Amino acid sequence: MSPLLEVNELQIAFGGVKAVNGLTFSADAGEIVSVIGPNGAGKTSAFNCITGFYKPVSGSITLDGKDITGKRPAVIAATGVTRTFQNLRLFPDLTVLDNVRGGMHLYGGQNFVDALFHTPRYRKSERFYTEEAHRWLDFVGYQGGRGIPVRNLAYGQQRQVEMARAMARKAKLVLLDEPGAGLNHSEKQDLLELCRKIRDLGAAVVLIEHDMGVVMEVSERVVVMNFGKEIADGTPDAVKKNPAVIEAYLGKADEPVKADEPAKAEGPDITEGDS
Amino acid sequence: MSDNVDTTRAPRRIGKPASRISRLFESRQLGWAAFAIAVLFPFVLASNYAMSIGTTAVIFILLASGLNIVVGYCGLLDLGYIAFMAVGAYTSGIIAKAWELPILFTIPAVVIMCILAGLIIGGPTLRLRSDYLAIVTLGFGEIIRLTANNLAITGGPSGIYGIPGVDLFGLDLSGPVPFYYFCVAVVALMVLGSARLGKSRLGRAWRFVREDEDAAEAMGIHTYKVKLAAYIFGAIWGGIGGVLFAAHLSAISPQSFVFLQSALVLMAVVLGGMGNTRGVVVGAVVISLLPEFLRDMGNLRYVIFGVVLVAVMVLRPQGFWPSRAYEPEKLDEARKGKRDGGPRPGAPVTTAKGGTP
Amino acid sequence: MTQLVWNGLFVGSFYALIALGYSMVYGIIKLLNFAHGDIYMLGAFVGFAMLTSVGVIPASMSITALLIVLLLCMVVTGGIGVGIEYLAYRPLRNSPRLAVLITAVGASFTLEYGVSAVAGPNPKVFPVRLEGDSFTVLGARISVPQIVLMVIAVLLMLGLNAYIQRTSMGRAMRAIALDTKGSLLMGINVNKVITWTFFIGSALAGAAGVMAGAYYGKIDFLMGFIIGLKAFTAAVIGGIGNIKGAMLGGLLLGLLEAFGSQWLGGEWRDVFTFGVLIAFLTLKPTGLLGERVTERV
Repeated sequence: MSPLLEVNELQIAFGGVKAVNGLTFSADAGEIVSVIGPNGAGKTSAFNCITGFYKPVSGSITLDGKDITGKRPAVIAATGVTRTFQNLRLFPDLTVLDNVRGGMHLYGGQNFVDALFHTPRYRKSERFYTEEAHRWLDFVGYQGGRGIPVRNLAYGQQRQVEMARAMARKAKLVLLDEPGAGLNHSEKQDLLELCRKIRDLGAAVVLIEHDMGVVMEVSERVVVMNFGKEIADGTPDAVKKNPAVIEAYLGKADEPVKADEPAKAEGPDITEGDS
Repeated sequence: MSDNVDTTRAPRRIGKPASRISRLFESRQLGWAAFAIAVLFPFVLASNYAMSIGTTAVIFILLASGLNIVVGYCGLLDLGYIAFMAVGAYTSGIIAKAWELPILFTIPAVVIMCILAGLIIGGPTLRLRSDYLAIVTLGFGEIIRLTANNLAITGGPSGIYGIPGVDLFGLDLSGPVPFYYFCVAVVALMVLGSARLGKSRLGRAWRFVREDEDAAEAMGIHTYKVKLAAYIFGAIWGGIGGVLFAAHLSAISPQSFVFLQSALVLMAVVLGGMGNTRGVVVGAVVISLLPEFLRDMGNLRYVIFGVVLVAVMVLRPQGFWPSRAYEPEKLDEARKGKRDGGPRPGAPVTTAKGGTP
Repeated sequence: MTQLVWNGLFVGSFYALIALGYSMVYGIIKLLNFAHGDIYMLGAFVGFAMLTSVGVIPASMSITALLIVLLLCMVVTGGIGVGIEYLAYRPLRNSPRLAVLITAVGASFTLEYGVSAVAGPNPKVFPVRLEGDSFTVLGARISVPQIVLMVIAVLLMLGLNAYIQRTSMGRAMRAIALDTKGSLLMGINVNKVITWTFFIGSALAGAAGVMAGAYYGKIDFLMGFIIGLKAFTAAVIGGIGNIKGAMLGGLLLGLLEAFGSQWLGGEWRDVFTFGVLIAFLTLKPTGLLGERVTERV
């Protein structure tokens, strides 16, 4: 059986700069894959391309055998891809429940005529939306208020809401862009647990993460990127020992080695801007 | 966008636990109260002048609730909204005069024309950034007005006269008081409709687009189609407003559809509270009645409007009566008094259907 | 034919002057300043007020008087532009775009009806009317006032271009247009530069207003509305945010309009212009000289 997600020779360019240059990797259903690499390696760009926000120059992306290369984000989402963002992208003025309902948009279940006349179909689907939203908030272990705007929540809670929103439609492929950023130790442990729970639902989980502790603990497979290309792909242990990876992170052996600071990739850092 | 969930911004009132007063403002009976006021108004004051002002105000409420769909729910700034009213008024006037039809029979044609106008205006422009959209709608508003001014079928600068009043199954409603009641009934239903749309799946999709277009798109919301839907609904509401307007005045001309009118409707929505139907209705009443009270001030009243608009955006950008994002915390609270039913929590999730509205 | 080209270029130079302000402000703070067209209107009215207060001006002095008034008006409208920025736009620098746009509409409204409340709603006749001989070049009738106004417009544009390319303030403007946060970190006083941008843009629009008043002879408080839209069109044609683009777009729009109204009839002129705007935004939203910007997610 072919893998759920297949990325093949993907290339993305901004002006003349190749942010992603021939990336190839895959992910299976029921598997947690981490994508790691120095800043500017093209991880987020690759994510944005898989979810349709950037158009690739060349290469292909297939999900479940369906070609989704260069499609509109909404269309790609409808084929079963969901994601979180590097910097939280919630709907700040809407309630927690509404945010999670946002993730459930594709369930449908009502149209505007139902809404105008409050048909039984409308009532039933609204009830479904509310109950499912509560269920997914429970799933991610969210403890805070649910009827208040997410703007008022603490950062960790906002992360949880974003997670619940991403999960709410039970996608086949879950892309998590630095889900652990800004979380404290115990929150990170919860996150690991959550990733496993998501995997156990049968989804493929692909995450970008900088915390090597998290990566090594949770991943079944690790893809290491540098200069827009994968340089290693294997189990955490195999990757740890891979000389190309060590070089990417720590520099060549004959250069002075900087302790535990990942080496910056060369070139302008346009692939992972703050916006 | 890291300022997306910026908590350093001025504290907002939304989301605070409901006080007794604000609970009163949120109460469901408020709509009935407003309706009752509108119904009782002719008993207090039934002069022709008062009825005319009242009818204008009611039509203005309809326009504001239509624009609220576009600006308030979906966050698209439309500066040429009055063009849809013009499309509705002219379509209805031309058809009613040409075939001597009762004006209500023109409504299907008006709805079709407004959907077409919404598609023509929204189609190319909704792909653009929001600020481009604003100025393009301004341009479209002018195009519609100038076209009406230049064509023979629309009567040129002098417009169309002698548009028949409303006649409902042989019941003549063209007198000032009956027509007022007719407008109140139609507008109440349309306002209810826009409020209901706002609370539906489509309405939520509009808000998601307003809050964060990219995130909405990532959740599978086809933002272009959703925006177009908002535009078309706004157009229909405006078109129906145009029919009422034509029946009310029995004469229409391009001067009725200038930018000032679009700006006044926008002001009603913004001052009232974007996205909140109640606020918008109050805003519309204030904006449409205030000029009557300030008639002596001449154009100075519009200066005040302009200054107030700037001041509100600077000091209270959510408007005077904003929509409060708040809902029952627990499932049981939401369901209190309702019969149990629907899927159980934890029930297996049905497979997602592709596609969007 | 040559007459059409000449008329187009003449009107186009007005559009270009106003489009410059639009484009500069947009380039720097990504704000569509709806009130910009009304600054043009204000320029005409300030000029009107100055000239009427002076009294009767002998015809021989009219050009000199006009130049002095032009300069004074530029200072006044520039100052008003700065005031609008300070009161209405600066507090909203980090607000959602919708709020800023609505504020701009409010500012525009305030200016329009403020002028009508002060000066009265009826059109005014400009006290100085540029009159002069006209002569024929290649079949086009060209009058002396037209040449004078064109020369002023071209000088202003050349001056602006030199200012932006040569001075440190111009460099700061270009830097902020590229990256506001970065410029702030590099020690550029961003607020000061934005203030200057508004000053220059508004001054140019005010100059255009005085020139239009002197040439057409009649001014009214809504004259800025349509011309603001057209200047925006010109800025879009050239590529909004691009200074040379705004000049090019203005001239091009003038030409298009001249030929379009010849072809469709004068009453369709504005419809034609807005049609051009929509066509451009649909087919080439970056304009002729604008750069394609990939929006980041």
